[in-house]
Order: sequence, then structure tokens, then C-alpha cells
Amino acid sequence: MTFQAILFYLFSVVLIGAAVGVVFARNPVHAVMFLVLAFFQSAMLWILAQAEFLGIVLVLVYVGAVMVLFLFVVMMLDVNVEAVKRSLTRYAPLGIAVAAVMALELVQLIWARGSVKDAGVAFAPYPEGYSNTRALGSVLYTQHVYAFEVAAVILLLAIVAAITLTMRKRPGLKVQNIARQVAVRAKDRIRVVKMDSEKKR
Amino acid sequence: MIGLHHYLTLSAILFVLSIAGIFLNRRNLILLLMCIELMLLAVNFNFVAFSRHLGDDTGQVFVFFILTVAAAEAAIGLAILVVLFRNRRSINVQELNSMKG
Repeated sequence: MTFQAILFYLFSVVLIGAAVGVVFARNPVHAVMFLVLAFFQSAMLWILAQAEFLGIVLVLVYVGAVMVLFLFVVMMLDVNVEAVKRSLTRYAPLGIAVAAVMALELVQLIWARGSVKDAGVAFAPYPEGYSNTRALGSVLYTQHVYAFEVAAVILLLAIVAAITLTMRKRPGLKVQNIARQVAVRAKDRIRVVKMDSEKKR
Repeated sequence: MIGLHHYLTLSAILFVLSIAGIFLNRRNLILLLMCIELMLLAVNFNFVAFSRHLGDDTGQVFVFFILTVAAAEAAIGLAILVVLFRNRRSINVQELNSMKG
């Protein structure tokens, strides 16, 4: 067994263990932490498969941003852990049975259907001097540039949606109306009165 | 050697685990969201494995877009969750039995 195979099995075992942790964790904070571990292991596996750019993006974007968002929300919501804990057992046998059947069938299909000579073949290594980031970038900004722009619009949409959903106007809150303050003119505030001067008595 | 089949097997196991998670955690909405994230990760594994197997980088570009959409989905989903918790003081799926605002 080569060193790469040992690494693959090590990362895979940790990844599956982390996934089991996400599913069975009683405390949501622990579940998020297991999910972070799972994403990190996936990044390692992708880098092992020479997809370096995606591995790094997964760590930076997912672990760095999305998982922190999850953690933030989990901690902010202050969910009652005890109430969640009680309900786990009712559907557990059915869920585990369905999952086991599906796993068995999928794995069987992958190994039976794939041509036998392919089964043990490693991915063809990239040639010397190949840069994964450069290769992805050259495809992304030429052939898939419209999809790239649509992705940017989707992210903008997500920003707008998240802000509009969570922003609330509290009644009775004392705030200044900046627009009216800026728009004010001198004649709105002072009144020049013309009148005759009065004699001193 | 480690090849396509190993990666596909790993992704199948991951996908099935997240389906089991959706079955098991039927009460807690935030755990359901996390299981969906795990499911998308399993799909991404397939894309990366086939991209490397076929020597075509388009599969990896597709993973890039899936990551973008998944990030947007997570942000909007969590925003909905926060609003829900603010209104109902609970994220228990069983208690959400009314469509009335």
C-alpha cells in the first residue's frame, strides 16, 4: 500500500467519523464542529486528488465563512438541547435501515458496474508544471464566463435576501431622519420678519 | 491504487449518512440544514472524482458553482431560521403546522 493510499484511508475514516458525528450529535454546537472537521477532511482529500484550488476554496469559503455563520446562528438561537434529545429514537430504526440499504446498493453498483480494469487505476497525474488554479481560471473566465456572472448575481441576491429577511423595524425607536436633515434649507428654519422700528417709550 | 471507485464509494457513504441524518433529526431545523450541506459535499466529491478520472476540468468548475449556490442557500436558510425563531421562539419542525403568517 502506497503512502497516498494510507493517507486516503486515514482522511476517509476521519471524514466518515465526522459525518456520523454531525448526524448523531446531541448538541448543535458539536454538530457544527463535526461539520467543520468533515469539510476540512474533504479539502484534504481533494488536494490529495490534485484538485488543489477547490480544496483551498473549501477551507477558505466553507470553513471560514459558511461554518462560522452556522456557528453564529446556533449560538444566537439558544436552542433547547433537552427537547431535541428526546425525539431522536422514534425514527432511528427506519432511518438507519433505509440508509443501510441505500449504501449497500450504491457501493455494490459502483464496484459491479464500473469496468473491472478501471477499478484499481489511479487518476492520471498531471504533467510537470501544471497549475490547477491556472487551468480552472482559464476555463472559468472564457467558456463559463456567463455562468460566473450569474453566480455573482446569485451571491448578490443572497446578500439582499438575508438582509431584507432579518432586518426589523422596531416601533417607537428614536432615530434621526438623515434625508430630511440634509434636505433642510435655511428658510425652513428661520423666518425673516419685516416690520417698522418702534419708538422708545 | 486509489482511483475513481474509491472516491465514488466514499461519496456514496457520505450521501447516505446525510440522508440518515435527515431521517433522524426530524425535529431540529438547523441540523437538517447541516445534513443538506453534507449532501452537497458528497455530490461535489463525485464531480471532483469524475473530473480527475476523465481529465476534464469542467467538472471542477461545476463544483465551484455548486459551492457558490450552496453558500447562498445557507445564508438565506439561516436568515429564514432566524426570523422563524424570532416569531415562534422555536425551530422545532413539528411545531410548524400552520401556514398562516
